[in-house]
Amino acid sequence: MILEAKSIFKKYKGVNKELTVLDDINFSVGKGEILAIVGPSGSGKTTLLGLCAGLDNPSSGSIGLAGSVISNMTENEKAEVRNRKVGFIFQNFQLLPTLTALENVMIPLELQGRAKGAKDKAEQLLERVGLGGRSHHYPSQLSGGEQQRVSLARAFSNDPEILFADEPTGNLDEETGAIVEKLLFDLNKEKQTTLIIVTHDLELANKTDRIIKLKGGKIVSDQIIKATAQI
Amino acid sequence: MNWSLIVKTAIRDSRKDRSKLLLFMSSIILGVAALVAINSFNDNLVRDIENQSKSLLGADMTVGGNRPLNDDIVSSLDSLSTERTSEVELFSMSYLPSANESQFVRLKGLTGNFPYYGKLITEPTDAANTYKSSLAALVDDGMMLQYNLEVGDSIKLGETTFPITGRIMNAFGSVDAGASFAPSVYIGGKNVEATKLIQPGSIVNYKEYVKVDTDIDLDAWEDDRRKDFRNQGQRVTTVEDQRENLQEAFSNLNNFLNIVALISLLLACIGVASSVLIYVKTKVQSIAILRCLGMKGEEAFMVYFLQIISLGTLSVIVGVAIGSIIQVILPLVLQGFLPYEVNMSISPIAMIKGFVMGVLMTSLFALGPLLSIRRVTPLRTLRVSDEVPERDPLQWLIYGLIFITITGFLYTLTASVLDATIFSMGILVAFLILYGVARSVTWAVRKFFPSGASFVVRQGLSNLYRPNNQTLTLIVSIGLGTGILTLLFILQGLILNNVEGMGVGNQPNMIVFGIEADQKQEIEEITKSFDMPVIQNVPVVTMELAEWKGKTKKEWLSDTTRTSRRWAINREARVSYQDTIPPDDILIEGTYTGVHDGGDSIFISLDERYSEGLNVGLGDELVWNVQGAMITTYVGSIRKINFRKMESRFFILFPTGVLEDAPQFMILVTKSPEKQITADFRNAVVKSMPNASVIDLGSILVTLNDIITKVSYVIKFMAGFSILIGLIVLISSLFLSKFQRIRESVLLRTLGAVENKIYKINAVEYASLGILSALTGISLAVFGSFMLAKFVFELDFNLSWWPIIGIFVFIVALTVLIGLWNSRDVVKRSPLEILRNV
Repeated sequence: MILEAKSIFKKYKGVNKELTVLDDINFSVGKGEILAIVGPSGSGKTTLLGLCAGLDNPSSGSIGLAGSVISNMTENEKAEVRNRKVGFIFQNFQLLPTLTALENVMIPLELQGRAKGAKDKAEQLLERVGLGGRSHHYPSQLSGGEQQRVSLARAFSNDPEILFADEPTGNLDEETGAIVEKLLFDLNKEKQTTLIIVTHDLELANKTDRIIKLKGGKIVSDQIIKATAQI
Repeated sequence: MNWSLIVKTAIRDSRKDRSKLLLFMSSIILGVAALVAINSFNDNLVRDIENQSKSLLGADMTVGGNRPLNDDIVSSLDSLSTERTSEVELFSMSYLPSANESQFVRLKGLTGNFPYYGKLITEPTDAANTYKSSLAALVDDGMMLQYNLEVGDSIKLGETTFPITGRIMNAFGSVDAGASFAPSVYIGGKNVEATKLIQPGSIVNYKEYVKVDTDIDLDAWEDDRRKDFRNQGQRVTTVEDQRENLQEAFSNLNNFLNIVALISLLLACIGVASSVLIYVKTKVQSIAILRCLGMKGEEAFMVYFLQIISLGTLSVIVGVAIGSIIQVILPLVLQGFLPYEVNMSISPIAMIKGFVMGVLMTSLFALGPLLSIRRVTPLRTLRVSDEVPERDPLQWLIYGLIFITITGFLYTLTASVLDATIFSMGILVAFLILYGVARSVTWAVRKFFPSGASFVVRQGLSNLYRPNNQTLTLIVSIGLGTGILTLLFILQGLILNNVEGMGVGNQPNMIVFGIEADQKQEIEEITKSFDMPVIQNVPVVTMELAEWKGKTKKEWLSDTTRTSRRWAINREARVSYQDTIPPDDILIEGTYTGVHDGGDSIFISLDERYSEGLNVGLGDELVWNVQGAMITTYVGSIRKINFRKMESRFFILFPTGVLEDAPQFMILVTKSPEKQITADFRNAVVKSMPNASVIDLGSILVTLNDIITKVSYVIKFMAGFSILIGLIVLISSLFLSKFQRIRESVLLRTLGAVENKIYKINAVEYASLGILSALTGISLAVFGSFMLAKFVFELDFNLSWWPIIGIFVFIVALTVLIGLWNSRDVVKRSPLEILRNV
């Protein structure tokens, strides 16, 4: 298993009472699997993604990611795991505004200390997502679709074992969304990466291997779409 | 840590934002420039004092006091010196026949080859060598110009008329302001007696200028004899003393300027801290992304620390360079104070000190907000939040270090841990008050929000407490700047008012002294013939305290357990006798016996301070030596003298019926209504009684005013630094805050707010900030100046409100103008363009 969530609870202190955002979540994801997490707004999708990707800590429970129990790790240890084993794609792209497209893609490799060859690899990836000629442009000089393609190239640049995508097409029009979507699945196939997508878009969810549906912080269904999925 | 990536990211990340940081860095440039300029100036000043103190004194040592040297001292000087010059110095009236004017002068009668070091420069040059051997006078060049005198004209001093043989172009050791209203006149010592100016009651100083063999350790010699000299009422000054005195005199000025420079640097540092805080806020999202991609908290912190510290260091270097250039201007500003020329050169120590202090303060003030970077969570990539990152507990350590650095810097100025700590605490309290006001304002606006007000007012006011508000930063920086400016204005005004107050109303403005007792009627008649009132015309008898409480003066001086003060013991008593106490004096103990009944016991009245200085009380016995005759008295009463009155004040009052036959002179106090009458009266007095001197308090006031104007010029020059930095902090804070306001402004515009409305909302916000900051700063300044006036300067506290109102209006208008100028950019651009850049 590349991801294993056991008895996950996430609670926040409210004004008068405690708010439970995730309530006893248990699931696991196998290597190479493509999983969609769906659910209405406020169901806890993004919170769950954040916990699984090591961006936040659960109130209780344990999360195993790529062979390590990240729920017990310090922030710096988790940063190490994220850098070496995880890729991210965000709804609002999250490119560094002061870095060019090329530099944005190079960053994860440089963080690993692999500055040598980083440029070539980043250029190849930008070429792969169709932005070979825009590598020296800043995010503000790119359209939304182009920014998300840069974000895709960055997500794959460190050869992650697992990729987390938060509403990857949520900020894009249908046509651009379709292009990004195709690129995401194609790259994922090429790199043999495990992909976890949080989305509202059922059409996109249906293209994955497996769908986990959340409601009120609980898993209400865990459905296999394609045979490759392993529960 | 991945240092190569940290450096690379720091460079890449700063590319688009360097201009934002440069503006606030300019405040550091100015702060450091002020510090370096002042320190360089100080170094040059100290060096020149070292070089010139010998020629300023003109000899290796001087010994002087208000009585001629006794035989013991003369013989001990004889054993020491190879050469000596005697000087008799007295203040007296002079009459200028060619101008038909009279002038109060400082007359020096010299015998010997003074000066031994340096040169007395005269025009013609030869006059300096010949005036002592003949009947001749050298007159101060300024006085010659004032009365249009030429060499060859004459000057009447007492009863002798001297031809003027030369102009004095420089002076020795005349650092004091007295030179301005009593210009110097030099004559040969043998001619002093002929003037007949040395009379009972004349103010005479005797001084010996001593040239010493070079192999004698003069300071050790002086240390062995200092006590003896002091007991004889003689003061010894060596070149080393002169150097120390000068350094001390100028170190006060220098410390003051250094403190102003420190405050400028502190203001600049507030600018750094606030700008870095805002900068960090704009970078939070980027930091979260970097963290998300695997960068460690410490590495992210280092990226931004490196950016700030390198730009800070660059600014400090520029500041050091500018400061070194500015020091060339400082002597021009200060030339009115300096008794000699200061040669300006680059001071490496001042530059290093400025550099170290600049980098240290910039780093420490930037570290506060930068530390929060370590706490930026990568979760922000998933959820956009306006929350400020949590405060890092390490910040308290930073605040502690800032306090220690400031105290350490102040210690280098004051050399006293207590003084340095008290001053640092003062700065801390001012900051805390401003911080408290800013916090209270945000709380009060929220609590008592005027819900019924117009949309524009509500929006503008709510900006004071909304996320990314500038209330704290601006109230502290503008408040402090306004406070310093107002404090300087108030203090200057207070000093001027108190000085000018002496010349108005019924306050006397002229004192005639040196009148002989038989001239009492005559001087009153002259005064009345000019329609001027005789406010006081009292007799003065000089005497010396010989014995009190059963011990002689000598016994008291050698008594190591005595509590009485030396100044009170050695004082030459100028005593008056009257049948009542002066109307403004207050009797605090005993009863005043106005008329002596002829019995054995004579009851006198002492001033409170004098009785404390001598440690005597009611009933104690005091024996006086009245020019040879011993008179035994008893303390009958103690008075509190009103020192604010411009009249002659007597520490010791005798009853009538005791001193009438003693040698005495009169002092007359009057008031002249105008300048011309003053001059005519002066001339009339000098002509009919050459021994009398007329002191025109008006001209002293003019001199004082002149000095105060120069002081305030220096203060304003230095305050200018603070104000300029305050303005830059203001501009940079508002400039950076613009980026925080873009989203709100764009949204408002998208929702249909017209340009005008956005301007009005911003105007309300900035006007509120300006008003609150200025009011807080002014209140602090009023309180501070009240405390200073009351407890330090002992001045009457009368505020002149117009300059304060002027400062208030200026600060508020400036804040609003700069605020609106900044929003202009946001308002003019299309919402779409801005949306893409947000």
